[in-house]
Amino acid sequence: MLPPLLLAAASFWPQEAPRSPVLEPGPLAFVGAQIIPIDGPPIPGGVLVVQDGIIIHVGPLDLTPIPADARIRDASGLVLMPGLVDTHNHVGGPWAADSSHPIQPETRAFDSIDVEKPGFRRTRAGGITTANIMPGSGHLISGQTVYVKLRLGKTIDDLALRNPDGTFAGGMKMANGTNSRREPPFPGTRAKAAALVRSSFIAAGEYRDRLARARADGSTPPARDLGLEALGEVLAGTRIVHHHTHRHDDILSVLRLREEFGFRVVLHHVSDAWKVADQIAAAGVPSSLILVDSPGGKLEAHDIRFENGAALERAGAPVAFHTDDWITDGRLFLRMAALGVRGGMSRAGALSGVTLSAAEMLGLEDRIGSLTVGKDADFILLDGDPLSIYTKIMETWVEGQRVFDRNDPEDRLAAVGGPGVGEEGSPFCCGGDGS
Amino acid sequence: MRGIPPLCSALFLALFPALDAGADRTSQGGNLVILADVVHTAAGAPIRNGMILIENGRITAVGPAAGLEQPEGWTVLRAPVATPGLVDAHSSVGLAGSLNIRHDREEREDSEPIQPELSAFYAYNPSDPLVEWVRSLGVTTVHTGHAPGQIISGGTMIVKTRGKTVEDAILLRDAMVAATLGDGAVRDGKGGPGTPSKAIAMLRAELIKAGEYASPPEEGAQDEKPRARDLRLETLAAVLAGERPLLVTAHRARDILAAIRLQEEFGFRLVLDGATECATLFPRIKQAGIPVLLHPTMQRPFGETANTSFETAANLYATGIPCALQTGYESYVPRTRVLLFEAAVAASNGLGFGPALELVTISPARILGIADRVGSLEAGKDGDVALFDGDPFETTSHCIGVVIEGVVVSDIVR
Repeated sequence: MLPPLLLAAASFWPQEAPRSPVLEPGPLAFVGAQIIPIDGPPIPGGVLVVQDGIIIHVGPLDLTPIPADARIRDASGLVLMPGLVDTHNHVGGPWAADSSHPIQPETRAFDSIDVEKPGFRRTRAGGITTANIMPGSGHLISGQTVYVKLRLGKTIDDLALRNPDGTFAGGMKMANGTNSRREPPFPGTRAKAAALVRSSFIAAGEYRDRLARARADGSTPPARDLGLEALGEVLAGTRIVHHHTHRHDDILSVLRLREEFGFRVVLHHVSDAWKVADQIAAAGVPSSLILVDSPGGKLEAHDIRFENGAALERAGAPVAFHTDDWITDGRLFLRMAALGVRGGMSRAGALSGVTLSAAEMLGLEDRIGSLTVGKDADFILLDGDPLSIYTKIMETWVEGQRVFDRNDPEDRLAAVGGPGVGEEGSPFCCGGDGS
Repeated sequence: MRGIPPLCSALFLALFPALDAGADRTSQGGNLVILADVVHTAAGAPIRNGMILIENGRITAVGPAAGLEQPEGWTVLRAPVATPGLVDAHSSVGLAGSLNIRHDREEREDSEPIQPELSAFYAYNPSDPLVEWVRSLGVTTVHTGHAPGQIISGGTMIVKTRGKTVEDAILLRDAMVAATLGDGAVRDGKGGPGTPSKAIAMLRAELIKAGEYASPPEEGAQDEKPRARDLRLETLAAVLAGERPLLVTAHRARDILAAIRLQEEFGFRLVLDGATECATLFPRIKQAGIPVLLHPTMQRPFGETANTSFETAANLYATGIPCALQTGYESYVPRTRVLLFEAAVAASNGLGFGPALELVTISPARILGIADRVGSLEAGKDGDVALFDGDPFETTSHCIGVVIEGVVVSDIVR
């Protein structure tokens, strides 16, 4: 079997995924909702038509064809927008790296995720249709993340998005700052952390070159190394690095690392974004923010601000948000976008931050993130302004299938909480003691 | 940088007097006129185009501006919305330091499982950034103290979110004594109880000891030496005498019942805290007349809080049981919850605006025994006011100013 990195020449971004088997046939038209397509201005009294899990029409009532055989759903009085995209989530117990070493790119979150954990129900209730489920941040490299659709599946195979070669799609979780500081072999300082990570990427580059040489001249290839193989995908640009980083100097360290090794990276958390927004923008690197209700709680998040989104937006850097569920609750994801607006961000920017901008940070923008013809029929129906605390998410749809319905008693329970909705044991959080 | 709504804030800030978050209680309270498009008093219907007059730190009048005379020369604040300063029914702010490093954590002492003699008064840092943070979001009064996590973690106090010293901040020094039942009290292997049952046995034994300590020696008893003073038993004796309520943090129905049983056995004044599963015991709690300081609406649902519901506040309020919202204790991120935000989520989950405001103003003031001072905008009470540029519970609104006893203590737009 060929290591995946040898397939890198092919388009690697997730394209194929199993569609839900229980779709009702024929087109389905949602009529009369205020549509927020994200990639264009809001459409009052609009129409969205979906078929076979794909959006086939979207637009104003008078300009949008509704197929004669379409089932009609009156959505007047409701708001319809794309399903939310959570770039950083921990539901389902995605343990990857263990405590043996700070660098474990060979571990995969999907090997430990249980999709029947109640966290998935809460996530659907929050309107999230795509999530990047990540291992924690207690390591410099804590393993491979997995991009999932919140389909009503029974196994991770049903939920995971796929690469063209059939492997699960995902990124690579990395972290700097304080979470990985422990006894050796973990680093005790930032400089040590940087040295360890750089050495790993240098080794991965050499491994990649030796493999290439072996293919070219028939010499003996190096023994297969799962970790270096995975880092090879990072170096090839086919696996995005999702990098936990809080403090301004740590953020700049990530930018330096990216420049040295040329990988594709998304900054995550970015508590000090307001201090280094110009540098982040100049590097053209996107940020996925968390906004929490108070600063501190950990040293490196001491200066976190609601204004981070506004600072990055003004500097011209891409901004998304993430729940970091358990740190914040997936059911309250839209509230974070509203906190971004509280901090001075534009409404459009904040809404894109939980949809299209987030999709771009997962390399999935061709498929999700906006209500665009040809994209997946992932959307939510709300009873009001998405940024109002009083608004309720009424329905969540993934690929043309409803996965949450607030009028269903079981689903309503997941939305508000109660027996069976919480986690029995300690939640997965972070590895080490960090977010 | 900030999301400053251009009109109201420009007007508002231009009129702001010098900021004095460090104003102490000995300085004379301020004279202030507050004009607001809507005044929510927590003591009746909202007042449109309302005026609040604060003289020497006390409210002297609240009503429609048209019906009140505006004193000459007083500083005037204008805002779209005014509410009473918020009252956090229970928190660890000022003890649980924002940095959350070892030398900054005053909220839990792990040397022994029962230490009622630990006074929040000796642990409170009025300069902790989180005090400023909650103040900037409308909180003017906090019932704070040691966090749950020991059978008895310490004595609580009530402060105003101002001042450079604890003396400046204090409103009530010895408020309640904080206890924990259930999983939260279990600290196996650290001298603490290994099971919830053991915790209750240990607590009962200590309360019995305190009762013996409090009862005078019988006439003619051999031991006529004056008893050595014991801060621990003295504090618990005050609980048994009904001078200070026992604040019991308990989440599971099992543990709430245990607290009620203890109350029945020892006769102290019980205040329930957290109380995630209180809904299963509403009749019992109501019959016993026990107030409930309900968990933060957004608390994480796991372990003993697994059954957390956003709607418990609404359901609890509907019973008529005296209740309030608290922000509790957070060991990580966010380091403190914000009362305004917790109330907002409760408001939007069946509670509604008015009741949600009550549960963070007048209701906690009554339960804490300080309703003569704070909790509503009424003549005679402290001039503690929070100002907003819109519906205070909307996430996109901002708190644009905070006043304590007529003194502007925050002009941050947040």
